Amino acid sequence: MLEAGRHPEVEILAYTDVVRMKKKGRGFALSVKKRARYVDENICNACGLCVAKCPGRAPDAFDTGLRKRTAIYLYFSQGIPAVMTIDPDSCIYLTKGKCRVCETRCDKGAINFDMKDKRMTLDVDAVVVATGLDLFDPSPLTHYGYGRLKNVISGIQYERLINATGPTGGHLYRPSDGKLAKKVAYVQCVGSRDLNYCDYCSSVCCMYSIKDAMLAREHDPESSSYIFHTDLRNVGKWFQKYEKRAGEEYGVNFIRGRIAEIEEDGNRDLTVWYEDTTEQKVKSMKMEMVVLATAAMPSKSAKGLAKTLGIDTDEYGFIETRRGAPADTTRKGVFACGFCKRPCDIPKAVSQASAAAQRAAAHVKRCVPV
Amino acid sequence: MTAKKKSKKTKKTGKAKKPSKMKQMLRKAAKTTGRGARKPARNLKEARDEDLVQAELEFDETGSAPVKDRDKRVKDEEQDLRIGVFVCNCGTNIAGFLDCKDVAEYARTLPNVAFVRENLFSCSEAGANDIRNAIVENKLSRVIVAACTPITHEPTFRAVCAEGGLNPYHFEFVNIREHCSWVHKEIKEDATEKAKDLIRMGVARAAYLEPMEPITGEVEKVALVVGGGVSGMTVCLELAGRGFDVVLVEKEKQLGGLVKHLGTIHPWGKKGADYAKDLARRVAGQRRIKVYKSSTVTDVKGFIGKYSVTLSSLKKPVTAGILILATGAEPLIPEGLYGFDSKRVITQLQMESLLAAKKLAAKKIVMIQCAGARERGRLYCSRICCMTAAKNALFAASKHRADVTVLYRDLMCYGMDERLMRDAKRAGVKFINFAADEPPVVEGGVVKVRAQVLGKALELPADLVVLSTPLAPAASNPVLSRILKVPLDEYGFFLEGHVKLKPLDFSTDGIFVCGTARWPATIAESVEQATGAASRASTFLARGEVKVEPIVSVIEDVEGCRGCGLCVAVCPYGAIELIETDKGRKARTIEVACKGCGTCGATCYKRVVRMNHFTDQQLLAQVRVAFKK
Repeated sequence: MLEAGRHPEVEILAYTDVVRMKKKGRGFALSVKKRARYVDENICNACGLCVAKCPGRAPDAFDTGLRKRTAIYLYFSQGIPAVMTIDPDSCIYLTKGKCRVCETRCDKGAINFDMKDKRMTLDVDAVVVATGLDLFDPSPLTHYGYGRLKNVISGIQYERLINATGPTGGHLYRPSDGKLAKKVAYVQCVGSRDLNYCDYCSSVCCMYSIKDAMLAREHDPESSSYIFHTDLRNVGKWFQKYEKRAGEEYGVNFIRGRIAEIEEDGNRDLTVWYEDTTEQKVKSMKMEMVVLATAAMPSKSAKGLAKTLGIDTDEYGFIETRRGAPADTTRKGVFACGFCKRPCDIPKAVSQASAAAQRAAAHVKRCVPV
Repeated sequence: MTAKKKSKKTKKTGKAKKPSKMKQMLRKAAKTTGRGARKPARNLKEARDEDLVQAELEFDETGSAPVKDRDKRVKDEEQDLRIGVFVCNCGTNIAGFLDCKDVAEYARTLPNVAFVRENLFSCSEAGANDIRNAIVENKLSRVIVAACTPITHEPTFRAVCAEGGLNPYHFEFVNIREHCSWVHKEIKEDATEKAKDLIRMGVARAAYLEPMEPITGEVEKVALVVGGGVSGMTVCLELAGRGFDVVLVEKEKQLGGLVKHLGTIHPWGKKGADYAKDLARRVAGQRRIKVYKSSTVTDVKGFIGKYSVTLSSLKKPVTAGILILATGAEPLIPEGLYGFDSKRVITQLQMESLLAAKKLAAKKIVMIQCAGARERGRLYCSRICCMTAAKNALFAASKHRADVTVLYRDLMCYGMDERLMRDAKRAGVKFINFAADEPPVVEGGVVKVRAQVLGKALELPADLVVLSTPLAPAASNPVLSRILKVPLDEYGFFLEGHVKLKPLDFSTDGIFVCGTARWPATIAESVEQATGAASRASTFLARGEVKVEPIVSVIEDVEGCRGCGLCVAVCPYGAIELIETDKGRKARTIEVACKGCGTCGATCYKRVVRMNHFTDQQLLAQVRVAFKK
């Protein structure tokens, strides 16, 4: 990210939306709206003096709501560009008309409450869409109790908990009582491979759940992990070896079966009821925390963006590509890579990114071969 | 000359008054290697070891470089040496397990250190700005970042140094995360002490760092692609479409690879043979693509920008700037598995041919997945077989009204191909799960299996058993791996530069990989990778030149080189050649091919090889302070 941010031939327009696209000559005229961040990007150096005094509060989206952030904030510590943003919905001055503490704290004068959204038109020869994914909200699957039971969390929330820079400093303190979770269940196919929600396989959950379970063991040698799965779809390079290592060296338990119900007791521990399909028996087990591997879906804005760009998507919002030219969308000059066109893991996304670069470069040279 | 005599000599010159601990250790080592016993050197290696010990004994007490190699320039500069040390917290990855404040305070006490700063993330934009500003404001002449691994961030910090006006090679990376905080999580005090030791060593080395400039080489604007399957042909078309000349080498009589044997390609509905033909026709119509069929690569000489490739079908070698491997994979022939006989027990590929030729007569079909895969000896999952089975089962059930059962362990229809599995189920295909330790048994016209989910032993009548065998690495991989000096993984597939972040590059610049030569892949995935590999290759072809790290070996003392060729023999990259000069045979480094591994330096018994950026004096400066507080 830093490399892209510092590359002399890459200009990053963060906090910017595509509004309209028109054909112009061989390429396109792209209208974009750069949202007002109320902080001058050229002056702010993310020193954090403003954050220390800001009274506004909002759930931290990067930490999946596990903690609160101030109204003036850095999206995350390694974010590019490294400048503060004022969230107009939680800023006390912008909502109630009084405060401006950040302005007084900033010795560089980077705060600018008069900033307005800025519209720009960019002349481009090709467009590459790489809008990635959003995660399925598992609340409708009431048998898992997400939202109702505090110690049932999603995979991405777990990632923040186990992360050293996360809200718990990398310790698996469970949300209900801050107790260290020692026995954790990881539930696969939450919303994916499900005709009611996502009828496809998200492709990455089996591997990241295994990784998560191994991380828990690395943090706490006494912890135990149970992965409740359908098929374990570890098809990538060396993934089978990884799965084997998780079982043999990290004591990860694999149980073939879906969870039917989760009950909570007085201590906020969770009893999971499941069918062990290899024994055809209904069983139950007590857990201290349950992690749901939620389905990955195209980014919520993907359908709208696709409409703006004049390209086709499927019913979920995955971008349709041309047969035999998987980086090309249905519109000439617009290319796509990564999760926005189909579920994929990192190496596949990186290969696709190179492919999109190739197709875009070829298009720009006006000699597209296919 | 013996160690004893030598030490007398140094005493005479008044260099060493009292032998240091290190010297004593080295002397002891010298004695045990036979030098002290005044035995004649038995072989080259021994002679070389003795020379090394000798050279190290020549260091004086103050710990500077050997008198004879001392670099005057470095010494002059030492007068105004100003080192900046940046201690990264890496969030809590480092700060959580050792006392960064204490480490930073300690760094301040080290010689020549003019500036110390702690960062939450040195790699963040704010951290990078901090370093850049400190260089300018404090007139730093060296920068040390004590953080994570150079693999990911050394290029970043070097660039930051350059932005601050410093030569990028005046940067030193000290790893206090992977080498310290992460591995000593339980012992904070000791970890803190170790971090100090590492930084002290870094500071000692930094003093001897020398400025360097990248090496530039020319790149021949021709790509050579090995393998004429879907991947290989796609690479050729993509590169030719951008105006680069391409040479395509195919071992068979015609192009097409594995795909030409396939029935229908899902979800296009196109015949495999037709797709292969289309691609081959387009390749033939591209004047920039030169195709050599019935040819194999027998030898490769040269390096990025200028490879000379010998083909079995040509007398004269072909010149190319970059190479792309698209050699594909081979479906495993399941000899001895499940009564395989190519008639009633066939492979999925044979099934494809039956379907393509519309010759499928069997009405009761049983498919067995993971035949020869995900078991001892071939642990990997071949990625594509479940989808292939689902596709063929769907065709057999819907077009031929056959009764099809697929026996599987895990059904790997990942991504959108979940729908393919569902379509097959709708068409009446039965999917039955079996346990890895209870594989099915084929007996005559019956397949016996214990269905795990039903908890029942089943006997399935079958007029045809189809085995889904994995894609295995091509038999030619070991040969190519040896000729090109690129690695294979433990299963025999080509090993890319980084499994996640550099899937199409090798760690050797100038050679790329795509398709099933790298790992089993679907057709769409192969096309993606091939298109991506074309992009990677074009980054060199378009520029026409390549910039290489100057961390290479240099035959410094040409006079001293005896042209013995030991370094040429041990170099794993073919980066040293012997040339005839008026003073006899001499070794010479081919800089763009050199990876700076140092093997030649360690081998040369005349000690005429110098490793840029890892010179003896730089390393020994580090060693000297390693145990000195």
